[in-house]
Amino acid sequence: MSTTSPGSESGHHDPHLAHHFENAEQQADSAKLGMWIFLATELLFFSGLFCAYAMYRANHPEIFIWADQFLDKKLGGLNTVILICSSLTMAWAVRAAQLGRRRALAILLTATLVFAACFLGVKGIEYNTKWKHGLLWGEYYHPHVEGAAESGAAPVTAPPAAAPDKAAAASDGTEIPPAAEGPAGLAPANAPAHEIPASAPKNVQIFFSIYFVMTGLHGIHVIAGMIVIAWLLRRTLRGEFGDGYATPVDNVGLYWHLVDIIWIYLFPLLYLIR
Amino acid sequence: MTSVNPPPPGEGAAAALAVGGDSYLSHAKGLRSWIFTLDHKRIGVMYLVAVLTSFFLGGVFALLVRTELWTPGRTIVSADTYNKLFTLHGAVMIFLVLIPSIPATIGNFVLPLMLGAKDVALPRLNLASFHLYVVGAVFLLAAILTGGVDTGWTFYTPYSVTTGTSVILTTLGAFILGFSSIFTGLNFIVTLHKMRPKGMSWFRMPLLLWSLYATAIIQVLATPVLGITLLLLVAERTLGIGIFNPALGGDPLLFQHFFWFYSHPAVYIMILPAMGIESELISVFSRKHIFGYNFIAYSSIAIAVFGFLVWGHHMFVSGQSGLANMIFSLLTFSVAIPSAVKVFNWLATMYKGSIRFDTPMLYALAFIFLFAIGGLTGLFLGALATDVHLHDTYFVVAHFHYTMFGGTVIAFLGGLHYWWPKFFGRRYSERWGKIAALLVFVGFNLTFFTQFVMGSHGMPRRYYNYLPQFTPYHQASTIGSYILALGFFVMAGYLAHSLIKGERAPANPWGAATLEWRTSSPPPYYNFEHEMTAGDPYDLDTVRFVSRAEGWVPATEGAGS
Amino acid sequence: MTTLLHCALLALTAAPGKPSFLMPREASTVAGEVDHLFYLVLGISAFFFLLVVGIMLYFVIRYRYREGVAAEKTATHNTALEVTWTVIPLTLALVIFAYGFKGFIDIVTPPANAYEVLVTAQKWSWQFTYPNGYVDKDLHVPVNRPVRLVMQSQDVIHSLYVPAFRIKRDVVPGRYNKAWFQATTPGEYQLFCAEYCGTGHSTMLAKVIVHRPGGFDTWLADASNLLKTMSPVDAGRHLYTVRGCAQCHSIDGSGKTGPTFKGFFGHKVVLSTGQAITADEDYVRESILDPQAKVVAGFEPVMPTFQGRLTNEDITSIIQYLKSLSAGPKGGGGK
Repeated sequence: MSTTSPGSESGHHDPHLAHHFENAEQQADSAKLGMWIFLATELLFFSGLFCAYAMYRANHPEIFIWADQFLDKKLGGLNTVILICSSLTMAWAVRAAQLGRRRALAILLTATLVFAACFLGVKGIEYNTKWKHGLLWGEYYHPHVEGAAESGAAPVTAPPAAAPDKAAAASDGTEIPPAAEGPAGLAPANAPAHEIPASAPKNVQIFFSIYFVMTGLHGIHVIAGMIVIAWLLRRTLRGEFGDGYATPVDNVGLYWHLVDIIWIYLFPLLYLIR
Repeated sequence: MTSVNPPPPGEGAAAALAVGGDSYLSHAKGLRSWIFTLDHKRIGVMYLVAVLTSFFLGGVFALLVRTELWTPGRTIVSADTYNKLFTLHGAVMIFLVLIPSIPATIGNFVLPLMLGAKDVALPRLNLASFHLYVVGAVFLLAAILTGGVDTGWTFYTPYSVTTGTSVILTTLGAFILGFSSIFTGLNFIVTLHKMRPKGMSWFRMPLLLWSLYATAIIQVLATPVLGITLLLLVAERTLGIGIFNPALGGDPLLFQHFFWFYSHPAVYIMILPAMGIESELISVFSRKHIFGYNFIAYSSIAIAVFGFLVWGHHMFVSGQSGLANMIFSLLTFSVAIPSAVKVFNWLATMYKGSIRFDTPMLYALAFIFLFAIGGLTGLFLGALATDVHLHDTYFVVAHFHYTMFGGTVIAFLGGLHYWWPKFFGRRYSERWGKIAALLVFVGFNLTFFTQFVMGSHGMPRRYYNYLPQFTPYHQASTIGSYILALGFFVMAGYLAHSLIKGERAPANPWGAATLEWRTSSPPPYYNFEHEMTAGDPYDLDTVRFVSRAEGWVPATEGAGS
Repeated sequence: MTTLLHCALLALTAAPGKPSFLMPREASTVAGEVDHLFYLVLGISAFFFLLVVGIMLYFVIRYRYREGVAAEKTATHNTALEVTWTVIPLTLALVIFAYGFKGFIDIVTPPANAYEVLVTAQKWSWQFTYPNGYVDKDLHVPVNRPVRLVMQSQDVIHSLYVPAFRIKRDVVPGRYNKAWFQATTPGEYQLFCAEYCGTGHSTMLAKVIVHRPGGFDTWLADASNLLKTMSPVDAGRHLYTVRGCAQCHSIDGSGKTGPTFKGFFGHKVVLSTGQAITADEDYVRESILDPQAKVVAGFEPVMPTFQGRLTNEDITSIIQYLKSLSAGPKGGGGK
């Protein structure tokens, strides 16, 4: 092997090659492996939430079946299509970068951003609807929607100025503290798994807690993806990626596909319960 | 057999380069050249300073805890303050010291050098990892300064959701530190896959690298789960999502499952690199090839994999099902075996060797003693019937200090003393090194051995008050902790002295055969003069001793035999 | 070899009624089995520890560096040896697992017709409710009779631990966790909270009193009748002592988690809102049922509610008792 004198890159005129790599292939391989490992960490990050979902659904299917009526399948389906389209434009963008076609790359990155913005827009509409109907998480679940109106949904609504020891404070004078009443969390439900309950079951707010945390976290990842794609766009407009060096675009593409795949799992689990 | 590059005219030239000339330490000057460095060696040194500072902070908390426990009832602080002290001791030691310790300090510095490489695969990610560490540390500091946190480092719900202390700052700090850890692990995996030199197949890697690889796998797969757990805790506190709150339909035990899914593998993040260092030290200081290389390599991966399957053994008395308990107990015993067997491998390595008692070896021998106790006491806890009695008592406290301190920290100290000349180009006083090692060993055992007895007698942990019959045990333990502290002060003293006035060190003061010793001490910023080819990392015949000043040099000039 | 060691250790070990160097006295039916396993593991551990450290010390002396003596080249691996020293520890580990599992089944499986006591844990005291409804701060049980504890928490996770019985079980809010034991020796034993729960975690103690045959029924009858035969003030004092009030409220003026009751009733108190009110009957009743409604300034709002757990007569007795703590030379400062 050639002896490289210290510190110089004699023989390497590739402007993209970092000094500690021997060749461009090693660098590209390393970056890609790094991105795949990062995606694995993202998968595990979401896995905790999928586990929580599985556990609560297995123990309280009636909550999930009941809450499903409040999710708009059409909007959810639309969002799924939007994200898949964005993955398409992103994959196309990677190809454009590999071919050094900067104009196409810029257009496709922009298209991806537009799709992503639409996704967030639709999500915003959905969140807004839920806000209006009081279908929020945990202690903020105060539904006022037809069909949920007669709900005794939240068994103990904590006083609005939440005292630190919520479980103990019951201010209306007649309620027995929840723990004495019986195990609320994991007792098997009365309704069989697939029947739609006649009235709201207890603890529906758990579903919305899971819904908001999962879609919220996913949304944060969409925003982060948009920021990175915008950065790629900026680099493109400044003249980069004209020479077939596509590693950054390639790896951001991988990330974007993961964001899409996670949504593809979220959609049926949250929207297509019945 | 071993292919060795012909050294340039006098490999001592490399040493001379560092002594009078340009090393990575002197290569660029000024604060900015350190803060924005991409040099893995500088990043390793910055991590070292940060980790040692955190260790000092965690140690101060420990001394305050032990001082309070001198008498039952109030000694120096109130119950609330005491609860914050043990929580912060745990959080600082685990997140700021033990998890990063070996990988981020010794690992960052030595891994590329052992590969004959110029740097890690992703140097900017490495720097980001360090900056995240600093940010995470600032959050923990902020938590301390805003009144501390009193939940125990385990943050069990519902207490952590309802307490008024700085839980959010602490958990956000731990969250950020988690990213630091993930990035380090990610970097190491990529580097080991893509940047091994000629001649270094997977089974020709030094065992330290195997252990860092296994550690990195755990870092990358387990830490994200901690991330989501802490995020959910923050959401519970700030938004009231109720996922852990039975009054809102949630389950407090869910938190424990999520938390321990990371935190059990975390202890393997701590011990695997320690075992890697142990393999290097035992081999070099016995002048013998490591025994059972393949097994040690496989066992590292086995520990990493099995470590993911045993988290429920922290929850045997929580009310989880008998079936779950049985499975977790069975798997816990399976993960004990690979660790045990490594000890036999190390002993076999020493057999018929020529054993020297330099300070690194003293720590390596202490490791075997202390880790044996730590590991064996794990058997009591893995067995269901005895765990019922011993869970949440001082027996557990003693067990994990023997493994985490007597294991990880002791090995870290051994590694620190071993690679110190490589890091800084200086030797330290052997005499004071031995004295400090003795103080640490004696102090440690006095501090923690009595805790086994307290525990089996029923003394619960995290107790501010205790029944008078436990007083003698507590007092012995407190005295031990002060001896420990003394040992560390002595250590700080001679190491600081070494930096200023230490004898210059040669490239290879210990006579090891791994690649980092084939460049000067300290190395130049570009690491190696020439492209390196690797041989058997434990073939100690490839080096021969010249003198104290020149150290060990390659045994063959020209082609190998 | 290990059996020999095991027997030797047994000779030095705990027995019913007698603590050993390492374990408290065995006072329940499962304690013996648990200790048996403990000493088995101790024997195996001691054996391997002495083996490893012994070999290490031997090697370190025998093969220490000597001038001119090089290390000898030995085999760098030996499959037979490595397999052997893997299989033997694995077998021992599985034996330990098996005993541990069996012992655990015994620890968690109560016999039929166990005597049931309800346990309520809260920050930072224990309440034991007996089948006749009587509530005490300590756990009284008959000897040689299985007792089943059905446990609930009012707030955070606690854990009921009786070292002498070798039992421990977490007490988790939102569910009922159960534990059982059969005490073998009359006497008094310590009960601890073993899951960190805040400021008073280390003071959340209770006693387990194991009564001689016949003694338990007598005790329960007397204790339950206490309230029916006592004056309201005495009954209030009793409730103050056994229902957890004493944990946080002193009667001698000293500062604790909550305001002292000495001289409290009938006097003005300043609330956290700045408002000043008189601590009268209504205030006391309200604070028992809804403690967060009016918190005295300078104290944390951490008092749990006793809604559903104290009858109206109980509350009246407590009020009378508090009045007596404010009494001057004549009758109280209240209405």
